[in-house]
Amino acid sequence: MNGPIIEFARVNKWFGKFHVLQDIDLAVGRGERIVVCGPSGSGKSTLIRCINRLEEHQEGRIVVDGVELTEDLRSVERVRREVGMVFQQFNLFPHLRVLENVALAPICVLKLPRKEAEARATQQLARVRIGDQAKKYPGQLSGGQQQRVAIARALCLQPKIMLFDEPTSALDPEMVKEVLDVMLELATQGMTMVVVTHEMGFARSVADRVLFMDQGRIVEQNPPAEFFANPRNERTRDFLAKVLPR
Amino acid sequence: MPLAAEGATPAPDSPRAPPRCARGPGAWLRANLFANVPSAVATLLLAAALVRVLPAAVRWLVTDAVYSPDYAACRALDYRAACWGFVAQKYRLILFGRYPYADQWRPLAATLLVVVALLVTAHPRSWRRWLWPAWVVILAVFLLLMGGGAFGLSRVEPGLWGGLPLTVLLTLVGMAASIPIGIVLAVGRRSHLPLARAASALYIEMVRGVPLITVLFVASFVFPLLLPMGLRLDVLTRVVLGITFFQAAYMAEVVRGGLQALPRGQYEAAISVGLTWWQAQRKVILPQALTLVIPSFVNSLLSTFMDTSLVTVVSMYDLTGALRLALGDPQWRHFFLEGYLFIAAVYFTSCLAMSRYSAWLEHRLGSWARRPEALRA
Amino acid sequence: MGRAGETRVRGPLFSWSTRSGRARIAQAVLLAALFAAGAWLWNNTRANLAARQIHSGFGFLREPAGFAIGEGLVPYSPTDSYLWAFAAGVGNTLRVAACGIALATFLGIIVGVGRLSRNALVRWLCTGYVEVLRNVPLIVQLFAWYLAATEILPEAASPVELAPHVYLSKEGLQFPTPVWARGWGFALAGLGLGILCALALSRWARGRRERTGRRPRGLWLGLLAAAALPIAGWVAGGAPRALDVPEVTAFNVSGGTGVTPEFLALLIGLATFTSAYIAEIVRSGILAVPHGQTEAAEALGLSRHQVLRLVVFPQALRVIIPPLTSQFLNLTKNSSLAVAIGFPDLVSIANTAINQNGQALECIVLIMSVYLTINLATALAMGVYNRRAALVER
Repeated sequence: MNGPIIEFARVNKWFGKFHVLQDIDLAVGRGERIVVCGPSGSGKSTLIRCINRLEEHQEGRIVVDGVELTEDLRSVERVRREVGMVFQQFNLFPHLRVLENVALAPICVLKLPRKEAEARATQQLARVRIGDQAKKYPGQLSGGQQQRVAIARALCLQPKIMLFDEPTSALDPEMVKEVLDVMLELATQGMTMVVVTHEMGFARSVADRVLFMDQGRIVEQNPPAEFFANPRNERTRDFLAKVLPR
Repeated sequence: MPLAAEGATPAPDSPRAPPRCARGPGAWLRANLFANVPSAVATLLLAAALVRVLPAAVRWLVTDAVYSPDYAACRALDYRAACWGFVAQKYRLILFGRYPYADQWRPLAATLLVVVALLVTAHPRSWRRWLWPAWVVILAVFLLLMGGGAFGLSRVEPGLWGGLPLTVLLTLVGMAASIPIGIVLAVGRRSHLPLARAASALYIEMVRGVPLITVLFVASFVFPLLLPMGLRLDVLTRVVLGITFFQAAYMAEVVRGGLQALPRGQYEAAISVGLTWWQAQRKVILPQALTLVIPSFVNSLLSTFMDTSLVTVVSMYDLTGALRLALGDPQWRHFFLEGYLFIAAVYFTSCLAMSRYSAWLEHRLGSWARRPEALRA
Repeated sequence: MGRAGETRVRGPLFSWSTRSGRARIAQAVLLAALFAAGAWLWNNTRANLAARQIHSGFGFLREPAGFAIGEGLVPYSPTDSYLWAFAAGVGNTLRVAACGIALATFLGIIVGVGRLSRNALVRWLCTGYVEVLRNVPLIVQLFAWYLAATEILPEAASPVELAPHVYLSKEGLQFPTPVWARGWGFALAGLGLGILCALALSRWARGRRERTGRRPRGLWLGLLAAAALPIAGWVAGGAPRALDVPEVTAFNVSGGTGVTPEFLALLIGLATFTSAYIAEIVRSGILAVPHGQTEAAEALGLSRHQVLRLVVFPQALRVIIPPLTSQFLNLTKNSSLAVAIGFPDLVSIANTAINQNGQALECIVLIMSVYLTINLATALAMGVYNRRAALVER
């Protein structure tokens, strides 16, 4: 199929009176890697949470893999099978073991038998190189390990798109690399990714396009070389000055 | 041994003990009883008072007391000492109510069964799948032992059940039945449906705002009016229903506390992998929320246990009611203090055990993230 | 691709496939179920009432009650209406609740602070007090106190004299009260005025201190006003000194004002029971203030007294007040146990009324409305307090 895999057309969203997303137009192609950055409160988390309908937009159209996101619950279910999400706070289920965490969705959503679901889960855990921790509980793992399990959990439904909402912001510095390495591998395997992050090194090496958002608008978007070398907008320059190391 | 460098202090061979004046019983006394002048004065005054009161109390309670059910000896005491003979004479009435004398081994066995089952349930190691069906069986056996009518046991009407077994029955059935209702109310109160939210909130706030006595009056006077003509429920069933509906409102608040304590991210993670609302509640939200509030459940059990003493107001003979029945005897009625001390001791030991257990459980469960193998597999 | 800004087409109202459609279906089903249940119960009630030939409606409130009430704030005789009887009951409930709350708070604060004392004896005694009172059911304690009051206390002919002209006996506690005269009315007015003056003075003094840094003696002036004005009023009214003093006669104690042993037993039982819970609340409130707060305040050079007054108590109060209010409500609800010992509170009187005229439904609705109103009023007041006292956070 041709055409962009994610499409935003004049999307607007309000939280009460607060206009959090203003006239967002965005097209993400298959296999494209997008990094979204910006100051806090700029709407970047809200943007990607609209893609799997964790937040609902009030105006405009969002189309994901040919399915338009509307009030229709069936469309939402179909989209959520194609989109995997990784959260800043990992959000693993602490009362289930690692293997059960990852196998839960195939059992409940895809209605696979337990053995097959666990086989898939083991495969994904091996993919993020954490297969030896399968019998442990999330509370026994370090932050970096937990986030990798979260990535495996999202991958288990074999989604076409992966969303990352500040995946390394809650990690101690020495664990950031292991998670970024996994994300890098995913990227080289051709996964479509939309990543909200402050890790500019990752943006430079992996992204096809970097988006800068401020106060609900996409202010600037460019391939990373352009973006970092010649930021065109005043606000982008300000932001980069604060965020990039001297 | 390396030579110490010039001017360096030699390292000690081992850590030294603190100086004598900072340890030992002398130090403890100084810190805890005589720390400053007001403290010393308080210690002296209280000690003086205790020295006057305690020996007299011990004499009254223990030393000079009469232990045999000898009415003449008790009267001769003239209140100078306790007459435990009253308890010796009437303990079966107090503990078992008006249950037929010859069959009182049955309520005894039933109560012991429940106590043993509680002790087994208390340890988290026994929280497995078979626990729920096991409890259903235990309650069924309890009712069978008490009521009879099968297996060669003579039938004993619920109206004759009384004393400690009745207290235990009211507590357990009231708690067990109120938990599912409470969960439904709690989930309803947090629902996105305005009608469900309003209905749950209305029920919870109304029931929590009125005293239990009112609910018992409703059970006693109003339930017969609400039932279709021709359907009669005996007093015990109505009171159990009343306690259940009352406790359900408090249980709902306990469960709601657990639901609120869960981070919202758990629900979002569940639905982002495609689980439906029902699946998310069943597999992710409720298991965590209910485990979080287990110590509060134990506190609710404790307060239900204490609340059952109110059924004496609607003429049911639980432990408190049975004592009042025993005190109705004109001969022994002067020894009410001994009787109340006796049942107060029963309540006190049970309740103290439950509250200590609740604190221990809270401490134990606090580390569930670190030692999950102690919990349900 | 749709045009930007156009509103989406709405699906059918009760569609299963949209979230709002499902919500509407669920609510419609719930409404129908509640309605059906309500209708069924209503039908049963009507049939049962008709079969037992019980009248319904609140008309009975106008009829004479026909039973006596042992004590109360309002004058009442058996020929007064049921409504007046209920009012007397409410008065008694509020009377015992108010006294109980005051006594319980006083005891609770002392015991709560005592549990944190450095002195081990004080700590153990307070802990013992709390553990014993919290682990025995209230009704058992009430029965014990009531039986003690009616069996152990001496007969009225030879009462215990607690203080000059204050007598305690099987008939209760009797104490002298002043005979009502104009001077006492003026004294009360003076007291009210004095309190207002004191508040105004302290506010002025605080403002003065903040502007100039110097402290005028605002506190002392305020206290002086609060004490002087009532005395001035009393003197102005003729300095009445007549007292209605209880005297021991051959049969009982007559004169003065008295409270019955039922009231005493209920008051002491409720107050001690609730004080145990209040002690725990006070203790956890004080412990909830992080120790770092005290350390930081002392490091700034504040005296121990200032540390407690300015840093620890305000923060502890925030933690203490909501559960404290909840305990006050509990005490009010627990006062309904009066029906077990014969004190004529609201529930007790309603019980008598039900036994007399059989209109259980109406009487119970009345009782519940009173308690729910008290609850609602307290909840609203708490809401106002919470909004004003909440720590401002981001």
